[in-house]
Amino acid sequence: MSDKAKDEAVAIPAQSDGTTLTKDPAAGDVLLKVTGLQKHFPIKKGLLQRQVGAVHAVDGLDFEVRAGETLGVVGESGCGKSTMGRLITRLLEPTGGKIEFEGTDITHLGVGGMRPLRRDVQMIFQDPYSSLNPRHTIGTIIGAPFKLQGVEPEGGIKKEVQRLLSVVGLNPEHYNRYPHEFSGGQRQRIGIARALALNPKLVVADEPVSALDVSIQAQVVNLLDDLQQELGLTYVIIAHDLSVVRHVSDRIAVMYLGKIVELADRDLLYKTPMHPYTKALMSAVPIPDPARKSAKSERILLKGDVPSPISPPSGCRFHTRCWKATEICKTKEPPLLELRPGQQVACHHPENFEDQAPQDTVLLSDAKEAAELVSEEALAESAATSAALAAEVEAASGAGDAESGDAESRDAEAGDAEAGDAEADGSAESESAKEEAAASESAESESAESESAESEPAESEPAASEPVASEPAASESTESEPPAKEK
Amino acid sequence: MTELSKSGAAVGEPTVASPAPSAFLEVRDLKVHFPTDDGLVKSVDGLTFQLEKGKTLGIVGESGSGKSVTSLGIMGLHTAGQYGKRKARISGEIWLDGTELLSADPDHVRKLRGRQMAMIFQDPLSALHPYYTIGQQIVEAYRIHHDVDKKTAKRRAVEMLDRVGIPQPDKRVDNYPHEFSGGMRQRAMIAMSLVNNPELLIADEPTTALDVTVQAQILDLIRDLQKEFGSAVIIITHDLGVVAELADDLLVMYGGRCVERGPAEKVFYEPRHPYTWGLLGSMPRLDRDQQERLIPVKGSPPSLINVPSGCAFNPRCPYADVPKDNVTRTVRPELTEVGSKHWAACHMSQEQRERIWTEEIAPKL
Repeated sequence: MSDKAKDEAVAIPAQSDGTTLTKDPAAGDVLLKVTGLQKHFPIKKGLLQRQVGAVHAVDGLDFEVRAGETLGVVGESGCGKSTMGRLITRLLEPTGGKIEFEGTDITHLGVGGMRPLRRDVQMIFQDPYSSLNPRHTIGTIIGAPFKLQGVEPEGGIKKEVQRLLSVVGLNPEHYNRYPHEFSGGQRQRIGIARALALNPKLVVADEPVSALDVSIQAQVVNLLDDLQQELGLTYVIIAHDLSVVRHVSDRIAVMYLGKIVELADRDLLYKTPMHPYTKALMSAVPIPDPARKSAKSERILLKGDVPSPISPPSGCRFHTRCWKATEICKTKEPPLLELRPGQQVACHHPENFEDQAPQDTVLLSDAKEAAELVSEEALAESAATSAALAAEVEAASGAGDAESGDAESRDAEAGDAEAGDAEADGSAESESAKEEAAASESAESESAESESAESEPAESEPAASEPVASEPAASESTESEPPAKEK
Repeated sequence: MTELSKSGAAVGEPTVASPAPSAFLEVRDLKVHFPTDDGLVKSVDGLTFQLEKGKTLGIVGESGSGKSVTSLGIMGLHTAGQYGKRKARISGEIWLDGTELLSADPDHVRKLRGRQMAMIFQDPLSALHPYYTIGQQIVEAYRIHHDVDKKTAKRRAVEMLDRVGIPQPDKRVDNYPHEFSGGMRQRAMIAMSLVNNPELLIADEPTTALDVTVQAQILDLIRDLQKEFGSAVIIITHDLGVVAELADDLLVMYGGRCVERGPAEKVFYEPRHPYTWGLLGSMPRLDRDQQERLIPVKGSPPSLINVPSGCAFNPRCPYADVPKDNVTRTVRPELTEVGSKHWAACHMSQEQRERIWTEEIAPKL
């Protein structure tokens, strides 16, 4: 009882001055910042329950969530994406690292300390069957956040709950029904209504649609979309379905064994994935188009299974299954670098970009095995894109050297010629190599013409710099303003 | 037939003995009903299809549309009376390679099960026995149908594990299911179902419990094995991507009935049933440019106890009022041929559907 009174004492002043509810962060501001986040679950054995090891569920994550955006998180089961969701909502205590919400460090806040923040950070759970108490009516379930926070909404709790029910597309008259009277899709809507009750800023949704049928999935995805537009919500959506994630997200983080391997704007990630794992993951998604049945060769098959997170592989964690892995991948962990504006990758030998460790060319024996599973077409295509990129880099340096407006057209021509050379080199590869190179050539000459010499095309900025200098270039572009968010 | 009428398992008119079909597997007017306290659950209510050897049939539909009940019905796994005294009521005909299974002697069906027809279940962890090693379970499946000694059978088990791509099969054969990862368990399941070279393989949601990368491996495996063994495959799934990869023919189920059936290309490119349109519109697709919005099917799947009268899809169908005289709510539509080997059950006229598909639905997908 006294506990409850204390809670109210904490909550009510915050409510009465109204700052938490009215102060909306401007779109694009960093709402949540995570640095070096770790969560290790101890493995205990024996009579004394001594710790004999740990599951490295989340092992060093750095990312930001900006207000108004949707960050999608994908990965296979066991990659730590759900643990990440539970850490940022502070349902779990991190082992290391730092979580900042609106500039406040919430890493080690206790239950009481978190309570005022619970209003701003809410969660939608995966399983709509186990996340609703079967003995409570949905009126009680959706009204619970108000009671816990000591908030008295205008017009009373019942009226507000009924409003929320209609917002998520349920009949407000169902206020007194129990969860078992609803179907899976409707239950998920109840979970969403509960999460929205306190007008949160950040909603973390852990596999919000994976338990639902396809037709219902689409309803819920559209609902989440509408709510974001109406209420200006920020989402972190965790899912394993890459097509759903692409549909809902602005930026996407790909996780593998407790690490982010690639974090990029949606279109960049799906058009030009840089990390080999991202590429393999995307190629594995079955495409609902029977005409592609014969095109099995496009697929990159990964061998074996995800290694155990108890003793993750050294260096790059993907090196045991990667077809491009070399010695450096085994020994040195690649940092997550912003290689292109809006695309951060942790890889020594990224796809669709210049090699980060070109001196290291000898494939590991694992990689040779893995490469057998990768179709020739996929390898040829990757070779073609690197040929095209080489052309792009040369053309970009040609354009970058231009001193005055007069020299511009001449340099653009030179760039063309260089790209043409590169194209000739690439012609040994395949038909697609030519197309790729030609496409990049035309795109590059266009940008060289349109951009003046002093304002370099932003696209080619990191590409123009030396491979060794990619780190400073990356930090430079992180400081520059974030790319405009597509809506 | 006597078997069935004695046990009271037949529903409706006892079927007149019809001539054996030419197709390898032919299902005619299959009905599987379960009596419950709340009423009769009509899980499958009149299903007809054919399947040739070496071909793959995909069955898609939402949960509760009767996909799995169909597959268990073909395998003859319903009559065992697993629902207490009340047995499933099954009627219709299932012809497998010239034999009618529903009226056949249960002992005969038992001989066929596992040998001529085999099944891959959705959840390999609950389908494998935790108490026996993988090897023991494969050996058992083999020795039931082949009179060989244990050594030979074990050699066969190792050979099958190797065939489905399990590393070090001679060592892994002595592992228990819990020592395998999800993908490997599903491979072991496939090895077990293929150990007797079945001519019909039914895969019930074989990849639903798996990650995409593992799913890709398993789908490739099923495809390769089918090519090698030439079996007929029925693949049951809710994922249109999976059937598009594997299936030659497609059967869309809704409320226990087939609403559309035809060659996969036809069903994907010229669907003629509003429910199929709904399924295609609900899916975000990686191979297309970003859609603005998904086009969901409104409402939820029907209860199989009180299936809506008329067309089962009418409460959710945006075009329920297109046909005249409220016919969608009173008369159950029958499958009609809308193209070569392509059937759909809808009251709208062929021209109306063609127009709606080409003008309203297809451009938005």
